[in-house]
Amino acid sequence: MSFPWANHYEPKFALTKWVDERLPLPRLVYNAVGAGYPVPRNLNYFWNFGVLAGVALVIQIVTGIILAMHYAPNALVAFDSTEHIMRDVNWGWLMRYGHANGASFFFIVVYIHIFRGLYFSSYKAPREMIWLLGLVIFLLMMATAFMGYVLPWGQMSFWGAKVITGLFSAIPLIGPSLQEWLLGGFAPDNAALNRFFSLHYLLPFVIAGVVILHIWSLHIPGSSNPTGVEVKTESDTVPFHPYYTAKDGFGLGVFLIFYCAALFFLPNFLGHPDNYIPANPLSTPAHIVPEWYFWPFYAILRAFTFDFLFIPAKLLGVLAMFASILLLFFLPWLDTSPVRSGKYRPLFRKFFWFGLIPCVLVLGYCGGAPAEEPFVMISQIASAYYFAHFLIILPIISAIERPDPLPLSITEAVLGSDAAPEAQPAE
Amino acid sequence: MVRILAFLVGLFFSGWLLVTFGVGLVSYISEPPAATAEHEFHKDPRTLALKSDGPFGKFDRQQLQRGFQVYKEVCSACHSLRLVHFRNFEALGYNEDEVKAIAANWAIPSPAIDPDTGEASTRPSLPADPVPSPYANEVAARAANNNALPPDLSLITKARHGGASYVYSLLTGYQDPPKELAKEFPDAMPGTGLHYNPYFANLNIAMAPPLADGQVTFADGSPSTREQAAKDVAAFLVWTAEPTLEKRHQTGWAVLIFLLIATVLGYMAYRNVWADKKH
Repeated sequence: MSFPWANHYEPKFALTKWVDERLPLPRLVYNAVGAGYPVPRNLNYFWNFGVLAGVALVIQIVTGIILAMHYAPNALVAFDSTEHIMRDVNWGWLMRYGHANGASFFFIVVYIHIFRGLYFSSYKAPREMIWLLGLVIFLLMMATAFMGYVLPWGQMSFWGAKVITGLFSAIPLIGPSLQEWLLGGFAPDNAALNRFFSLHYLLPFVIAGVVILHIWSLHIPGSSNPTGVEVKTESDTVPFHPYYTAKDGFGLGVFLIFYCAALFFLPNFLGHPDNYIPANPLSTPAHIVPEWYFWPFYAILRAFTFDFLFIPAKLLGVLAMFASILLLFFLPWLDTSPVRSGKYRPLFRKFFWFGLIPCVLVLGYCGGAPAEEPFVMISQIASAYYFAHFLIILPIISAIERPDPLPLSITEAVLGSDAAPEAQPAE
Repeated sequence: MVRILAFLVGLFFSGWLLVTFGVGLVSYISEPPAATAEHEFHKDPRTLALKSDGPFGKFDRQQLQRGFQVYKEVCSACHSLRLVHFRNFEALGYNEDEVKAIAANWAIPSPAIDPDTGEASTRPSLPADPVPSPYANEVAARAANNNALPPDLSLITKARHGGASYVYSLLTGYQDPPKELAKEFPDAMPGTGLHYNPYFANLNIAMAPPLADGQVTFADGSPSTREQAAKDVAAFLVWTAEPTLEKRHQTGWAVLIFLLIATVLGYMAYRNVWADKKH
């Protein structure tokens, strides 16, 4: 599962030797994220985001467990117990703002991580399983974040829960019964709040489990790299520790600066004011919007305004919204170009930067805007491009594109073709 | 096979979206959506700059005390402040005895249970009590206010777009309805018991203009104007919405300075480790 030149774990002390013979856990860590894992030497800063996502998950679990010690998942007191955390619990405001903004920053780093995978085609063989497991993590994150947003039991919590579970009511025949079953009632209430709390506590640990599988499957072929050329010799790689632990340490510092600046100085910027109004089933907010990280999908959902033959528009929107994520599972088989990195794919690169990225940003903006014209028309155009990009354009590009010449190896890409490998005299 | 299916699915979704877009565009051009009174006459709040704004923001305790006075003498007649306890008022600069006196002399007593009969009764408030609500329940509140419910003010500056600026603009924004409104949108004119206010979402608010010049006299000599009272009560409501704001700002700077130093060290360590490796 590793390159032949990987460093081998050799316990130095009697105690570590004793442990290693009985439970080789330090050896596992050494081989996974230590000096025993050779990594391409040319990774750029976009390769920091996997570690950052892991840190964000840990922040969420730690702050979440502490919040759960003070929060009461009951529709009568949930809102007030959240405010109790903000006002009366020592450092409670730090835990709550840390958790709420932590969710946003978790999505920010995961989105960058996903788009890094898209640009450098990290999903291609032999790394399909890493990509598929990553998408499973993404889906679990979306479910967890949605249920977490319901817990403070503000207006957006309640109406968000109503709208999102209402998506299932679009399914023919069983839809309405399914929604009632999911909510435990006809509308979100105590039953829904309780099960959302239970699942919100469970799913992060499921995510942690899938993260382990994600990293496990990463260690079979090893990390990809910005050239997309596979590792060939020892000079292509450096040991993860200390090289990438040092780089990740620096990246983590930068990440925490951004996160803490938001947490301490703009803690409500990414939230919605209506969620500071207690849930009221009798008063519908003027504009129901989910959290910002769902906006692109929300725009796709609302872009369908006409029935297609016997399929109602609402069902079409729901199908399209789920399809917009599910289609990513098929990417490894839709993009058939043998070249991975967008750096060597001139046509792919154009569609990525001038098609996909603006399209997703526009969808995000429209998803947060009220469901009025011209936003609906704009999201129709952008959604049409989104589906066309992955399902039509990408397969065609990979068939017709003439890629730029690839470097022969990572070492050559880094040092130049005529450089003597690693033979500089010291001083 | 996967690619053929994907192509068909893509064609279906993209095609139908483009058809929908085309039809929508035609109807948008032939029948542009009618303007609404809210679109035409609603105003964004006027900016209210407060000492608590920004990453260095601190509360102006003098102003908070004035704002508290405005709440006590005006707003508290209809609006509750249920998330704030009397003990919290020590943060405004009152000492323990003053807080006890504020609680005990509050115009509305705290609800209690008579220890002899078990029946609902009232008693003077203690510092541990939340600020009592002016109405026993929502029905009573609506009955006394022409069926409108005065919202709780504890979180109001966090619960409205614009925050303190919104509160300040709303309180000072009452005016006669513009003549164009009567001409263009006669239906949007304030009905009985409603008052025109361009800062309110649907332009017509049930709350009568609560503040007037000369209504609240401040002990510190601040002018007894509507403007002053509106600013001060908005500042006070920023505090009620987040009494921990100052601690947040202070902690934030300590954390950021630590992180900046740690990150610079981290960068130097990174450069040091990689010094012999071209990458």
